[in-house]
Amino acid sequence: MLVPRLAMRNLLGAGLRTWLNVVVLSIAYVTIIWTQGFNIGMYQQISRSQIDAEYGGGQYWNENYDPYDPFALQEAHGVIPSTLQKWVRDRKATPLLITQGTIYPNGRIRTILLKGIDPEQKVLTIPSHFLTGESAMVPALIGNRMAKSTGLRIGDSVTLRWRDRDGTFDARDVEIVQIMRTSVQSIDNNQIWIPLETLQGMTQMEGEATLVVIDQQIGLKEKIEGWSFQSQDVLLKDIRDMMKARTISRGILYVILLFLAMLAIFNTQILSIFRRRKEMGTLMALGLTRAKLILLFTLEGAMHGLLAAIISAVYGIPLLTYFTFKGWPLPQSMDQYGIAIGDKLFPEYSAALIVGTTAVILLVTTVVSYLPSRRIAKLKPTDALRGKMT
Amino acid sequence: MKRLMIPLMLMITTVGMAQVPSGEAILEKVDENQIARNRKIIYEMLIHGRRGSRTLKAQSWIEGADRSFTEYLEPPRESGTKMLKLQEQLWTYSPSTDRIIKISGHMLRQSVMGSDLSYEDMMEDRHLLRLYEAEVVGEETFMERPCWVLKLTAKETDVAYHSRDIWVDKERYLALKENRYAKSGKLLKTTEVKSVIKEGDRWVGERVVFKDELKSGDGTEFLIESVTYDIDIPEYIFSKAALRK
Repeated sequence: MLVPRLAMRNLLGAGLRTWLNVVVLSIAYVTIIWTQGFNIGMYQQISRSQIDAEYGGGQYWNENYDPYDPFALQEAHGVIPSTLQKWVRDRKATPLLITQGTIYPNGRIRTILLKGIDPEQKVLTIPSHFLTGESAMVPALIGNRMAKSTGLRIGDSVTLRWRDRDGTFDARDVEIVQIMRTSVQSIDNNQIWIPLETLQGMTQMEGEATLVVIDQQIGLKEKIEGWSFQSQDVLLKDIRDMMKARTISRGILYVILLFLAMLAIFNTQILSIFRRRKEMGTLMALGLTRAKLILLFTLEGAMHGLLAAIISAVYGIPLLTYFTFKGWPLPQSMDQYGIAIGDKLFPEYSAALIVGTTAVILLVTTVVSYLPSRRIAKLKPTDALRGKMT
Repeated sequence: MKRLMIPLMLMITTVGMAQVPSGEAILEKVDENQIARNRKIIYEMLIHGRRGSRTLKAQSWIEGADRSFTEYLEPPRESGTKMLKLQEQLWTYSPSTDRIIKISGHMLRQSVMGSDLSYEDMMEDRHLLRLYEAEVVGEETFMERPCWVLKLTAKETDVAYHSRDIWVDKERYLALKENRYAKSGKLLKTTEVKSVIKEGDRWVGERVVFKDELKSGDGTEFLIESVTYDIDIPEYIFSKAALRK
């Protein structure tokens, strides 16, 4: 216990130099955990929003459906298979019919995706129940972005033109019955939601769907001919890839932060070894072995990490807790990135993140402290007492 | 006197009826005037938009409804852009990128260069008689020309417009005005011929205004500079190699 006690006493005795190092290291430490927490929170938030509003527990796609090819929608529909129909009846799945249409808000032409959804469905968080109302016109639901870009408001009517399954034009007026506020742009931008049966009738696609969204509770997903199952994992792949790219770019920032903090510790250690030669000679003359001397100096350096962890906890825990509950307000421009993130970002900190980051920082600090201390192994006590380095 | 009156009235009615040809007969003559084995056409399109108007000039070789080749001549920005349509497939060539891009057949339903016409509208060359049942619903004067007013209702399901009203010149059998309707009866597009030319023994609308009635704006003017029918079009015109030439 002599060495650790001595190391701690020396460290605290160094005064301002130690605290400067500790503060720099603690800033790096809190920044890493903080930004990592935002990264994890962002992924969780986007995934949850997408799953709740769009992906559910996975989707069965008609074999011709390609979400990246709106022109293929004309052929991307089929009669809902019996297995899926059973789930639909049990409210464990909801079919969606998607087709292309054109609206004319204020006399301007705009190509949209026309989506049919069961007003009674509970699988997705889309407020489809607004589509149940009686109206001479087709009731329609749009998102807040679509409302903003078209200038449409609740109660407004707009002419909708579409083609039926044979390619014949038809047109009717639709009434905007509700504007949903959603962070998920892929259910909002350039889209109009109307009752499924109405759309099936309008397009002469009775009993047909483009895709069927499965409830998150359904575990076993069967293979169905003519329909391909897209799991949550597959549907979230783009988001995961995006987060992976973000993690790599953030990783570079962490390395720079750690490098700066380690540079300070490394520098301190070299200075310490140079200035404390006589002290080292005295300790060796008093019987301290070279290995224990190396341990003493390594511990002194490594304890910077420990102190930094304690300091970080003092101001980091309240700071991080505050943002966990209050969230980080995001600028309006974030909405243009096309990710379902909402107005605020709520970070998430896991035990693995905190323990992992602490372990990495302590390990790196120890290694950086040890490297300059290796010179002590070559030190002769007589030279050291005279203030010489061998 | 009464005995004479009844046969006389019957005679007048019969003569009157005989002067009104059937819708099918009129439509057959409209098709005869319009449909050719092929045609080459040089035209200008004046597109009136919300932010002003712009003019495009192009030449097209059209053979039936399945084969067409278009080369844009003006403005300089579009000059050299070419399009080839073979049945449901469409290829475009842009000189700025020197690349040929294949476009989905569904693109044929999109607007041509932001105009009020779709590729489908522009290349329409199907016999109306085969697609529609025609009924004469009246007679009107349009552009100082006496016209039959025909109500066309689709016979087949794969027709873009479920019904149409057309005003056919009684003498020239050219449709001078046309209203195209959705299945619901909503008016979608209108066409009005502003001047005509005679090419061989065919009458052609020289200046035609197309308008998407659901959209604001003054529509798109289609001005024919020259049109020739039943010509020998070299086979290479309808090949992808022609796009780069």
